[in-house]
Amino acid sequence: MKETPLSNCERRFLLRAIEEKKITFGTDYGCCIVELGKTRVLGQVSCELVSPKLNRATEGILFFNLELSQMAAPAFEPGRQSDLLVKLNRLLERCLRNSKCIDTESLCVVAGEKVWQIRVDLHLLNHDGNIIDAASIAAIVALCHFRRPDVSVQGDEVTLYTPEERDPVPLSIHHMPICVSFAFFQQGTYLLVDPNEREERVMDGLLVIAMNKHREICTIQSSGGIMLLKDQVLRCSKIAGVKVMEITELIQKALENDQKVRKEGGKFGFAESIANQRITAFKMEKAPIDTSDVEEKAEEIISEAEPPSEVDYLYSFLNIFLKDAPIVLSDSEEEEMIILEPDKNPKKIRTQTISATQEKAPSKKSVKKRRKKRATN
Amino acid sequence: MEAAMQNEAKICAESKTESGPRGPGCSLRHFACEQNLLSRPDGSASFLQGDTSVLAGVYGPAEVKVSKEIFNKATLEVILRPKTGLPGVAEKSRERLIRNTCEAVVLGALHPRTSITVVLQVVSDAGSLLACCLNAACMALVDAGVPMRALFCGVTCALDSGGTLMLDPTAKQEKEARAVLTFALDSVERKLLMSTTKGLYSDAELQQCLAAAQTASQHVFRFYRESLQRRYSKS
Repeated sequence: MKETPLSNCERRFLLRAIEEKKITFGTDYGCCIVELGKTRVLGQVSCELVSPKLNRATEGILFFNLELSQMAAPAFEPGRQSDLLVKLNRLLERCLRNSKCIDTESLCVVAGEKVWQIRVDLHLLNHDGNIIDAASIAAIVALCHFRRPDVSVQGDEVTLYTPEERDPVPLSIHHMPICVSFAFFQQGTYLLVDPNEREERVMDGLLVIAMNKHREICTIQSSGGIMLLKDQVLRCSKIAGVKVMEITELIQKALENDQKVRKEGGKFGFAESIANQRITAFKMEKAPIDTSDVEEKAEEIISEAEPPSEVDYLYSFLNIFLKDAPIVLSDSEEEEMIILEPDKNPKKIRTQTISATQEKAPSKKSVKKRRKKRATN
Repeated sequence: MEAAMQNEAKICAESKTESGPRGPGCSLRHFACEQNLLSRPDGSASFLQGDTSVLAGVYGPAEVKVSKEIFNKATLEVILRPKTGLPGVAEKSRERLIRNTCEAVVLGALHPRTSITVVLQVVSDAGSLLACCLNAACMALVDAGVPMRALFCGVTCALDSGGTLMLDPTAKQEKEARAVLTFALDSVERKLLMSTTKGLYSDAELQQCLAAAQTASQHVFRFYRESLQRRYSKS
């Protein structure tokens, strides 16, 4: 008998089980998008010269900010996500700041006066579980990719070079801590690495281990009230070690590729990472536009257009009140005068009409011309 | 006004260092669009114009808070997130402009007491950001299947100090320009849905920019059509 064919959906589902990890870079330094399966995080690093904190006068300032965009999940409304947001931000800070992966002493320019403030903004674009892993990878990749402007200090003078004058300098990074999450089911019997959103919803507890490729644990956090035995935690740390090695390799490769492309002058940025074969993606090259006839079109439109009705409105407004009586509108503050007809000064309507005429001040000349025409008509 | 008419609308012939020279004549930068790239939102699209890139996600028609519900049509909400820093007043004003454009086009009466949310994330900004946001929002609304009476597109024009008209300016061109004008045009009759301008220009120049934007919008709509044809093609 013939073999039952595998349907396309089943095929896709099975291939997706071997999740896709992808890192793409943007055109400016420090911008990257990390995809872990379907979870997508955008990271951007920026820098600024500020005065240092009082108790740390020789160290630069690091600032991390993870935002759960409303695009990521319909439940992420501005007021409603504070618990999860605080938890994720705190974990990220502990992982990156307390592990001292960035050398903050090198960010000092003038001790006590000017230091670099490095700001890492992470935006969650699609929530399919395991935000913390994707966010930590995005943060470390963006920091490795970032180049800050070059500074030189000569005595009291500090010169900040623009990217055109001198090549920007990379940050000094000691090691790359990466978070790995484990979800536990049935009181610790089953564990799942890198849980997706559905799995996260039904899990008993979560264990997050942040490690670098030298097998040093930077952060451990266990939440959800799961009670773990010592050997379970050790087993998890071994698995984390293996995973971190492969992720670090992936990061290094991606960074090297990007650097090579930039050096050779090839095209880089998000435009190049859009796959050509996908049916949902489409590209169009530069399109020249013929604008030689815009002049004639514009002239036609202007000549056919009626005079702005504001003038008629103003005129009829004045007519109602004045009934052809003459006004001289003048203000001590404004120097220009609009003389409609000589002689009278009705103070009553001056405030109302002056505000209208002040708007008309630039096209005053045309207003006057038109009025004269109508007077003769 | 006579002086402005005498001033010929010189066709731009400058070369940009960022993505290669644009030859004589105005041109739109390289376009790319990917739809349905996010799994959670009902519709999503990533639109790239040269180096400017915006990601849009649409949720809708979905549940709406009682305080925000409108009895006879859908409540449209637009959220624009910048890449660094907290959203400020500039983002709020752009959100309002995009919302006004979408409200003019989306058939909200078909889904009363629901909400349609468009979330935009700036992925990179290299000039004509608002136009890119409008294009991304339109493609995302199409991907989500929200009923609309027409498609819309955004086009940016810049006028430099010599009166030269440039379409789809880069960040450098926008900074050095005397005036930057952004228009949103609909696809049925190329009518103007929204316009926002910055800088000094005469009314003749305004009409010239508008006419140029209408010509450019034809290319953008052709791009939309081809990308959707590719997506729904059977071969």
